[in-house]
Amino acid sequence: MDSAVHTLVICEHCDAVHRKHDLERGEVARCVRCQAVLYRRPWLSLDSMFALALAAAITFLIANIWPIVTLELNGHTSSATLWKAIITTWHDGIGVVSVLAALMLFFFPMMQVLLFAWVLGFLRVGRRPPGFIHIMRMLHAIRPWSMIEVFMLGTLVAVVKVGDIFEVVLQPGIWAFAALTVLLALVASFDVRRIWVLKRECCG
Amino acid sequence: MSEAHIPTAGELGIIACHCCGQLCQHVHGDICCARCGARLHRRKPNSLARCWALLIAAMILYIPANVLPIMLTGSLFGKESNTILSGVAELWRAGSWDLAVIVFVASIMVPLLKFAALLVLLISVQRRKAWRTRGRAHLFRLVEGIGYWSMLDVFVVTLLVALVRFQLTQVDPGPGVVYFGLVVVLTMLASMSFDPRLIWDHAVTEDEKKSQEAEHDRA
Repeated sequence: MDSAVHTLVICEHCDAVHRKHDLERGEVARCVRCQAVLYRRPWLSLDSMFALALAAAITFLIANIWPIVTLELNGHTSSATLWKAIITTWHDGIGVVSVLAALMLFFFPMMQVLLFAWVLGFLRVGRRPPGFIHIMRMLHAIRPWSMIEVFMLGTLVAVVKVGDIFEVVLQPGIWAFAALTVLLALVASFDVRRIWVLKRECCG
Repeated sequence: MSEAHIPTAGELGIIACHCCGQLCQHVHGDICCARCGARLHRRKPNSLARCWALLIAAMILYIPANVLPIMLTGSLFGKESNTILSGVAELWRAGSWDLAVIVFVASIMVPLLKFAALLVLLISVQRRKAWRTRGRAHLFRLVEGIGYWSMLDVFVVTLLVALVRFQLTQVDPGPGVVYFGLVVVLTMLASMSFDPRLIWDHAVTEDEKKSQEAEHDRA
C-alpha cells in the first residue's frame, strides 16, 4: 500500500484508477475514461513559485492603495479604490453585495497570496511551515472563490458605461489590478497537491 | 464492453482525499485523511439532495434578480433604473457591442446554461441513465469552470456606486443586484455539491446489466 500511495492516481471526476507516469514538458495526463485532467508536469520551480507569490503580494498592495479610476465632470472629480467601493455599497444598504465583494476581491485573494508565500518561503529553506496542514486545507477551500479577474473585466465594463458622460482618467490602481490578474492566475495554478510532495521531500 | 475494463477506486477499496490527493485505504464508516485530516467520502455526501436544494433556491432568486433593477441612475434629466437586460441593451445602443455581448453571456447565458446543465445532470443521474457519459462529464466541467464569471455585473455595480458620486449625478444600487449575487453563489455551491462520479456509477451498473443480459441470452 505504501508504494501504491505514490504511484496511483484516482480521477476526481469518475473514480477511475491510473498508474502515474513521468510527463514530458507541456504534457498533461488525462483520465482515459472521462478525459478530466489528472495532473500536469510542474513547470515552475519552488523558487519561481515563491517569487511569483511575493510579486503578487506587492502588486496586491499597490492595487489596493491607489485609486482605480477617476471621473471628471465640470471640474468636479470622483475616484474610487476597491475598499471605497466595498464601504459605499455597505452604507447604501446592500450589505450582502458588500460582504461578497470584500471576500471575493480582497480577503480570499489576499489569503491566497500570503498563505502561498508563507508555505513556499519555509519550504525553500527546508523547514516545515508552521500551521502547514490548516493552511493547505484553507488554500484548497478558498481557491474557487477568489475573483480578481472578474473584477478586472467588470472595471472595463464600468469605465465604458460612464465614458460618454464623464472624462475618465485611468489611475495606477487599474494597471496594478491588470498585473495582479495575471500574477494571481499563475499563483492559483500552483498545484496544492504538488506542495504536499515538495513538503515530503524537504522535511518529511 | 469493447474497451478494457478500467478499475475504479471503489472496486479497489481505496479513496483519494479531495483536499490533498492522498490515497487512503477505505474501511467502512467515517474516516479522515491520514495526511491532512479532511473527512473522506467515497462520494460527496447527499450530493443530489444538496444540489437540488441549492439549484431550486437559485432558480427562484433568479426571477427577482432579473425583474428588479440592479442600478438606479439619478441625474438632472431624472431617474433611470436599469435591470440586467436593459443594461445590456444600453451598452449595445452606446455602440460597445463587444462589451454588450460579454455582459450578456456572463449575466444571462451562463446562469441559464448552468441551470439547464445541472437539471440535465441531476435528472439523468437519478434516472440512472448510461447515456453519453463522457459528454455529461464534459458538460459538468464546463459549468464548473465558467460559473463564477456571472459575478461580473455585481462588481460593475459595486464599482459604479462608489465612483459616480457627483452633486447632480449619482448611481445607487438596486435590489436586483443582491439577488443576482446570491444566485451566483448558490449556483456555485450547487455545482460544487454535485458529484460527477455519480454519472459513471450508474453507467457502470448499466453496462454490467447489459453484459449480464447478453450472457443470460447466450445461456
